[in-house]
Amino acid sequence: MSTQAAPKPKAARDRQVLNTVTVRFAGDSGDGVQITGGQFTATTAAFGNDLATLPDYPAEIRAPAGTLPGVSGFQIQFSSNDIHTPGDQPDVLVAFNPAALKVHIADLVPNGIVIVDTSAFNKVNLAKAGYKVSPLEDGSLSGFRVFSENITEKTLLALRDVEGTSREKQRCKNFYALGMAYWLFNRPLEPTLRWIRDKFSKMPHIVAANETALKGGYAYCEMTDVYQAVAYEIPPAPSVPGTYRNISGNEALAYGLVAASQQSSLPLFYGAYPITPASDILHELSKHKNFGVITFQAEDEIAAMAATVGASYAGALGVTGSAGPGIALKSEAASLALTTELPVVIVNVQRGGPSTGLPTKTEQADLLFTLYGRHGESPVCVLAPATPGECFKYAYEACRLAVKYMTPVYLLSDGYLANGAEPWRVPEMKELSAFPVKFETNPQNFESYRRDPKTLARPWAVPGTPGLEHRIGGLEKRDITGNVSYDPVNHEKMSVLRRDKIAKIVQDVPDLEVKGPDGAELLVLGWGSTYGAIRAAVERAHGKGLKVAQAHLRHLSPLPKNTGDVLKRFKKILIPEMNLGQLSFLLRALYLIDVTSLNKIQGQPFKAVEILNGIEAVLAGEPVRTPDESANGAAVSHGGMPHVNGGPGEG
Amino acid sequence: MSTVAPEKAKNSGLVPKVDLKKADFQSDQEVRWCPGCGDYAILSAVQQTFAELGLPRENHLIVSGIGCSSRFPYYMNTFGFHTIHGRAPAVATGAKLANPNLTVWVVTGDGDALSIGGNHLLHALRRNVDLKILLFNNRIYGLTKGQYSPTSEYGKVTKSTPYGSLDQPVNPISLALAAEATFVARTADIYIPHMKDMLTRAALHKGSVFIEILQNCVIFNDGAFKEVTDRAQRDDQQVMLEHGKPLVFGKGQNRGLRLKGMDLEVVPLGKDQTPEANNVLVYDETLESQTLAYMLSRLDHPVPMGIFRAVNRPTLNERTYAQIEAERKRKGPGDLSKLLRKGEVWTVN
Repeated sequence: MSTQAAPKPKAARDRQVLNTVTVRFAGDSGDGVQITGGQFTATTAAFGNDLATLPDYPAEIRAPAGTLPGVSGFQIQFSSNDIHTPGDQPDVLVAFNPAALKVHIADLVPNGIVIVDTSAFNKVNLAKAGYKVSPLEDGSLSGFRVFSENITEKTLLALRDVEGTSREKQRCKNFYALGMAYWLFNRPLEPTLRWIRDKFSKMPHIVAANETALKGGYAYCEMTDVYQAVAYEIPPAPSVPGTYRNISGNEALAYGLVAASQQSSLPLFYGAYPITPASDILHELSKHKNFGVITFQAEDEIAAMAATVGASYAGALGVTGSAGPGIALKSEAASLALTTELPVVIVNVQRGGPSTGLPTKTEQADLLFTLYGRHGESPVCVLAPATPGECFKYAYEACRLAVKYMTPVYLLSDGYLANGAEPWRVPEMKELSAFPVKFETNPQNFESYRRDPKTLARPWAVPGTPGLEHRIGGLEKRDITGNVSYDPVNHEKMSVLRRDKIAKIVQDVPDLEVKGPDGAELLVLGWGSTYGAIRAAVERAHGKGLKVAQAHLRHLSPLPKNTGDVLKRFKKILIPEMNLGQLSFLLRALYLIDVTSLNKIQGQPFKAVEILNGIEAVLAGEPVRTPDESANGAAVSHGGMPHVNGGPGEG
Repeated sequence: MSTVAPEKAKNSGLVPKVDLKKADFQSDQEVRWCPGCGDYAILSAVQQTFAELGLPRENHLIVSGIGCSSRFPYYMNTFGFHTIHGRAPAVATGAKLANPNLTVWVVTGDGDALSIGGNHLLHALRRNVDLKILLFNNRIYGLTKGQYSPTSEYGKVTKSTPYGSLDQPVNPISLALAAEATFVARTADIYIPHMKDMLTRAALHKGSVFIEILQNCVIFNDGAFKEVTDRAQRDDQQVMLEHGKPLVFGKGQNRGLRLKGMDLEVVPLGKDQTPEANNVLVYDETLESQTLAYMLSRLDHPVPMGIFRAVNRPTLNERTYAQIEAERKRKGPGDLSKLLRKGEVWTVN
């Protein structure tokens, strides 16, 4: 701990300028950690830094207080540069109790900053966290810069003239700590003050308490010598001109759906059943009734899907959203949409599986399930955004493709994208090309399964249109007329047509773009939320002079038409995935090439260093280890053959 | 048996508009139920009723699930959606919410609605979505060739219960009443005029309609409701629920129903005895409370036919659009550009 005296208050110019910082807040799930992190993020975004976040909370609403499983964390990396991940290791850890310290201290960088609330470091809490002796006293934190503060007591002191019960005041300690963090990194208080006033507008004494706590924490650091040594400045990041805001994946996704509804002039129908981590999409959409949005909280996942199909049939933009277990329940009704060739968008915010799995943790293990998890030959279109901001773009695109091709479109987000946030350039209206939909209205020679030769889409003939009375259903339909048909040859024809229709979507899929130096021998290929970690790892590899290229798939079905060509251009291909190698499996099967899988299935996103290790191993001709095995120095990875032991591994 | 008063039809807003005949509602598909199936009579009654209602053909949407009854939409020249097992109420809810101008019918069976789709039936009814649910109850699985259903009687011997069914059957009317359906009725496949009355009332009702249609399956459960509907004994076996009329039944209306403590009892009526003098109940289908309707639904003898309940409540579809309108008034119509720029934003030049 520094004892250096410093002038006060400290102007920005006296602060040590840093390029990139990672901060992690951690405490009990009742400590307000997610709010603290969310506010730090919003303020940092408004300040103009690039950032990425990783909220990490338990599945229990209030796990037993003070225990290790009850710890809730929120990590943010922010920078003056373009960054892609929430950071591998925190530089600063704010721990509200011993359990939070215990869970997170190992991740902190050497000489990192630890701020602890000593009020929680009592015998009971230390025991719950498994500490025999307080880590604040036994020297075990000597490798870090520790700031032990009785934050709870200081909060109460700051609030002594403010109305409210002692319990209410104690609950403001997270804002006191947030005020301290704001001072450390020279963040403005105004955005959070505005948020507090808005959020608690009906409870003036809570507004006063939280405001006072926030300002108190800020002032405390400003007036205290020891903090002058840890006063930092992280200048804003340069970015493309435009209007920016902070956005999470689920928010962006919901906005993308509203935008698609507006630009297609179709009313949005969102049928859903509450499920982590997809519920926030339902919450967000339910706020926007003035856009004509209908949100339907169904009795179960099946009804949510079925009602969405019904709404689409009746002429709405039908969308449903869920996570793995819910998507499994939807599969029969999704097949109905597929065979009746109705446009629906099915959002899967993936989480750890199988079964209930890890509801609040992230995973990418539903790829093959999405592609093949329905009965019969049932091809669908599948998209996957790579960043929280991209959830907007691909939600919009999913709707556009669904109505253009009259087909279900799956959108694969995940827990990391859903809850992670980043600064997002708000698109101008002219960037959102409208896609007005033409319903069939002409009864002359109307046939319900006569297809548009360019898209193979059938007409969208909504009930209520005079002269178009017709029947559709789950039974196989005769080509063109749509009447029930058990004719064997017709069934084959229809199966092929359904396949070919999805294949046709490739005309709307941009080519797979490869970024990297000429002559790169290794391609790192990913899909979905691994983008940021791969990007960061590839940049670090370039920094080390390694010739590595990167490509990222946003369209999983159909794949971009140059995918095979791209794959064949590289001697080596590394595919990092938060599963046991599903994209690897797919690409091997489709293109008869070999690839190297880098798998992580720990409910946590990749760290850039884990992918960098993989890149270096492949280039050195060494076996790629899973991140866990790297850590333990354990056995080499199995080949990327999900569920199959002893597959064609590269290990 | 009652007929629908013309002024009632006018008041409903569904003023007959189009001159249509039964044949206009027959599709070009060959009807493929077993010869003698009760479904033929229901199909015919529905087609006749639709013609008499005079609503344009394109306004009718018929949604079905899976089972013999669920083939129904293919035979109707309206919009039709043959969906998946048990899910018709959910699909229909989505369609009605998306397009509230449609008159949406759900055709389902005892297995479809009460077994695999029980959850959707419950919730469609309690939400008071404006759906007209017609449950063809034949107390057997027909399309899968003769397994017991949720309405099969205890001890029933079927292909899947060679030693007799062990299940307590569900009472569809009791269930619909408990689920807060705002219109609940029972009729039978062989009562064409009565069935048409019920269908007309269903069409005019605003809210969730549940009609149990007792239906015979000639192949797997012949005589399913013979003891109730057989001409020789039906007067003694059933009581007709008619709004504003006493609950009397039997040959020459020689019996009535009245309250005895917490239950109903049958009271014999002598030649000169008025029902009033014997405290025979006068039926009121508009009671908000389901208690009396529920007591009646539990009766095995006599079996009540007709309308158990017909009450007015706001529908989910009305409330959905009222809320949208209210929000538009409060916040103005949605402005996408504003929405995307909500909260803290900053500009980079």
